Amino acid sequence: MKSLEKFDKKKLKKIKPDIIFPIFGFFALFLVVSFMFTLILDVFLDGLEKLKDPDFYTSFPSRFPEKAGILSGWVGTLLVMGGAIFWSLLIGIPAGIYLEEYAQKRGLIGKIENIIELNINNLAAVPAIIYGLLALGIFVYRFKLGESILTAGLTLSILMLPVIVVNTREAIRRIPRDIREAAYAVGATKWDTIRDHIFPYSLGGILTGLIIAASRAIGETAPLITIGALTFIAFLPPNPITPDFPYLSLTKFWEVLMSPFTVLPIQIFNWVSRPQADFQINAAAAGFVLLVLTFFMNALAYYIRQKVRRKYIW
Amino acid sequence: MFGSLVYKRILDKFMLAVFFTAGFFTIFITIGIVYVLLTDTLEFFKEVSIKEFLTEKEWTPVFATKKFGIWPLIAGTFLIAVIAMIVSVPLGLLIAIYLSEYASVTVKEIAKPIIEFLEAVPTVVYGYFTLLFVTPLLQKIVPNLEGFNSLAPGIVLGFMILPYTASMAEDAMKGVPQRIREASYALGATKLWTAIRIILPASISGIVAGFILGASRAIGETMVVAIAAGMYPNLTLDPREPIQTMTGYIVQVALGDLPFGSIEYLSIFAVGFTLFIIAFFFNSIALWLKSKIREMY
Repeated sequence: MKSLEKFDKKKLKKIKPDIIFPIFGFFALFLVVSFMFTLILDVFLDGLEKLKDPDFYTSFPSRFPEKAGILSGWVGTLLVMGGAIFWSLLIGIPAGIYLEEYAQKRGLIGKIENIIELNINNLAAVPAIIYGLLALGIFVYRFKLGESILTAGLTLSILMLPVIVVNTREAIRRIPRDIREAAYAVGATKWDTIRDHIFPYSLGGILTGLIIAASRAIGETAPLITIGALTFIAFLPPNPITPDFPYLSLTKFWEVLMSPFTVLPIQIFNWVSRPQADFQINAAAAGFVLLVLTFFMNALAYYIRQKVRRKYIW
Repeated sequence: MFGSLVYKRILDKFMLAVFFTAGFFTIFITIGIVYVLLTDTLEFFKEVSIKEFLTEKEWTPVFATKKFGIWPLIAGTFLIAVIAMIVSVPLGLLIAIYLSEYASVTVKEIAKPIIEFLEAVPTVVYGYFTLLFVTPLLQKIVPNLEGFNSLAPGIVLGFMILPYTASMAEDAMKGVPQRIREASYALGATKLWTAIRIILPASISGIVAGFILGASRAIGETMVVAIAAGMYPNLTLDPREPIQTMTGYIVQVALGDLPFGSIEYLSIFAVGFTLFIIAFFFNSIALWLKSKIREMY
């Protein structure tokens, strides 16, 4: 009887940390969640006054905080992101397909493939501001593309590239070998297989990667400051769309690409660094807009990922 | 029929070339980075000696008497990164063990996206929050805390890198095969004992890889420190004083108009090159640690 009591006590001692530890763990988690909610609430409440004002979304920046708006900011963000998405997909998807579908892992080509793979892993962890220096040195000063929307799009596309390559590869890797063998067995070439099977089946995963990459790039400030984005833009780029055929004026389109720009995060940075307290309200309001944008992009990516997982069960 | 087959074969080869070119192109980005950083850094060292760069204790490129000693910037960068790690490592480890060994599926499904979202929040918004919420709050607790300091940005960065320190650590712990856990339970070990003495050592390389990537992220982070840490190169270990990081300096100079080839223009490439080498070093360790996990199981 006595020994049994002793055993129980020992057992109790052993179990106690198992009760206490999860409480600590949950508390840590709670701390993180409340940090997040405080952040969102703080930005929202600080900017509420401006968020309610419809003129805020349709006005240019101004010397007067009460008149200043984010029109040139969100138009610039839209145009720059359009370019960034275009360039990053152009290189990212084919690079991902190559590494997953064509890589031979043998000989000289195999060595190059290893370098490409290692290189992409490394690019993913290079600080964003380094890409800004790359863009300043190459696009702005050596290619003479100027401090333009085109330069900004190229810069952010390099930032997005590793994320898109990694996600493309993961999506393709999930497709079983049988699908490819079946296609080859009925006489399809490798390209046929990729176009008709590999690409469509992995599209959901690629899209998820694209949205996640874009949601990171849309809030990126440092590389665009480095290439010399302006903070005060009181005009919009020309509208390249024409009413008659071919509906797009190429000279105007080029003007759009070469025009100076500002983006939402840079507008926020500019307002935060001003001494007047009224500009802080603008910064908070624009910050909340940006926060909502990134939140919805991440939610969309999450939703697509769940949906794709349910659609293709191999 | 025959013609279309030939066409198909040519198209197939052509597409292979297209895909390979795209893959190969990614190497050019790194070559471009190294080329730009190296040429402009060498240009910089024609005007400032490497000896001054590495031994001088002051960084005053915007003053009349220009001094180019990188140490204040490196010290500022690492001071913030260390504060971030002091916050992030215990918090991340606690959360990782809790999520991987204790939490129910529901808690996990809610917690994971929230932690991942910490990385998606635009850094300029973190900067605003640090300067106008965290710093005033800390000033009530910490005496003599200045409006610009390294403490507040360090703490916020500590939370920001949790996707690496908590989420990656959890993934590593989850990667330990279930049979190892069962074996430990079968020998009478409690959950906590199993987690700390069995699972933690088994997944340590993955966890440390996450920590190093987190630290690398904190070192390269720009906007939070540019907004909230001040613009004052300061060789100090006091977290209450304003400082400047390497990234903060690049932003400060880039905000002005940069004549191509001027000493200020060249100096940001020298600083950027130093940052690149540090980040590259950290990433290589993390990648090496990650490859070790794959060998294990």
